[in-house]
Amino acid sequence: MTTHAAAIDLKLRAILRDVLGLDDAQVAGFNSGTGLFGHLPELDSMAVAGLLTELEDQLDITIDDDEVDGEMLETYGGLLAFAQAKSAEG
Amino acid sequence: MYASWPCPIPSGGMGEEMALVFDARRGSRLLVIPPFFDEANKFRHQILETMSRLDELGVDSICPDLPGCNESLIPHSAQSLAAWRIAAIAAANHFSATHVLAFRSGCWIVPSALPGWLYAPSKPGQVLRAMLRARTIAAREAGRQETAESLLEQGRKEGLELAGWKLGSALIGELEATGFEVHDHHNTIDHSEIGGKALWLRAENDFDPEQAEALAALIAAGISS
Repeated sequence: MTTHAAAIDLKLRAILRDVLGLDDAQVAGFNSGTGLFGHLPELDSMAVAGLLTELEDQLDITIDDDEVDGEMLETYGGLLAFAQAKSAEG
Repeated sequence: MYASWPCPIPSGGMGEEMALVFDARRGSRLLVIPPFFDEANKFRHQILETMSRLDELGVDSICPDLPGCNESLIPHSAQSLAAWRIAAIAAANHFSATHVLAFRSGCWIVPSALPGWLYAPSKPGQVLRAMLRARTIAAREAGRQETAESLLEQGRKEGLELAGWKLGSALIGELEATGFEVHDHHNTIDHSEIGGKALWLRAENDFDPEQAEALAALIAAGISS
C-alpha cells in the first residue's frame, strides 16, 4: 500500500470509529471483509449518508449518486477501495 | 427547567413554544440554538449537559424549541430559515439573552445583535446533500430508483420529505444556497478546540461529559472576559 493509500485507510478507520462509537483498537481490527451497510444495525441510510459526506469533506472528493452502490458499502474493503480510487482521480 | 415563550407564527399571530432553561436571573444569559433535522436529536442530551455545566459556572441558559422542532405543535413543513431567524430573535428578547451559542446548523439563524459563538457550523448545501443521499440510499435498498436531482426538482416545487423531516419548498430553496452569513462578533469554535469524537457523526445518539465541560468552560470564560 502506498503512503497515500495508507493515509486514506487511516482516515476511513477514524471516520468509522466516530460513526460507530468504537475505539481505535476495534477499528484497527477491521479487515477488507468486515461487513458494513446491511451488517451493522446502527449503520442506517442516514448514518451512511453522513459518513459519505464526511469522506467528501476530509478527502476533498465528490461522490456522485450513481457511484453509491451496495458493493461499495457492503464491506470495509469495498469502501476503502472506492475511497482510494476516488482520491487518486482527484 | 422548562418554560414557555411566545413565538411568532410564520402565517401570522403568536403561538407558544417550550424552552429548556437554567434560569437563576443572573446577569449572563446565554441563548442556545440547537441544530436542525437529525442532529437536533443527536445533540439534545449534549446540549442539556452543556447547559448544566454552564449553570455550575454561573451562566443562565435558554434553549428554545423553534417552531416545528422538538415539542412544537406547528408543522415542520411550514418552516423556513427566515421564520426560524425571527423566532430566535423573539426568544432572545423574551428571555433577555445577553449572548448566544449555536450548534452546527443552528448557526444559520443566530440573531446578529447578540455576541456569541458558533460551534462547528455546518454548511446548508452539505446538510441538504446528506439528507438527499440518505433518501436515495434507502430507496435503492427498497428496490426503488430515485435521484437527488429529481427529488430536488420536486422539493423546489412542492416540498419534500427527507430522512423523516418534512421540508417545505421555501426551506429547500434556502438550503440550496451554499453559505450563511457570519457576523464579526460571532466566534467560530472548531471541534478540535473541544476534542473528543464528533457527536454529529455518531450513528446512534450519544453524549460526552468531557466535551460539554470543555465547551461550557470556553463559553463561561468568554462571557466573563
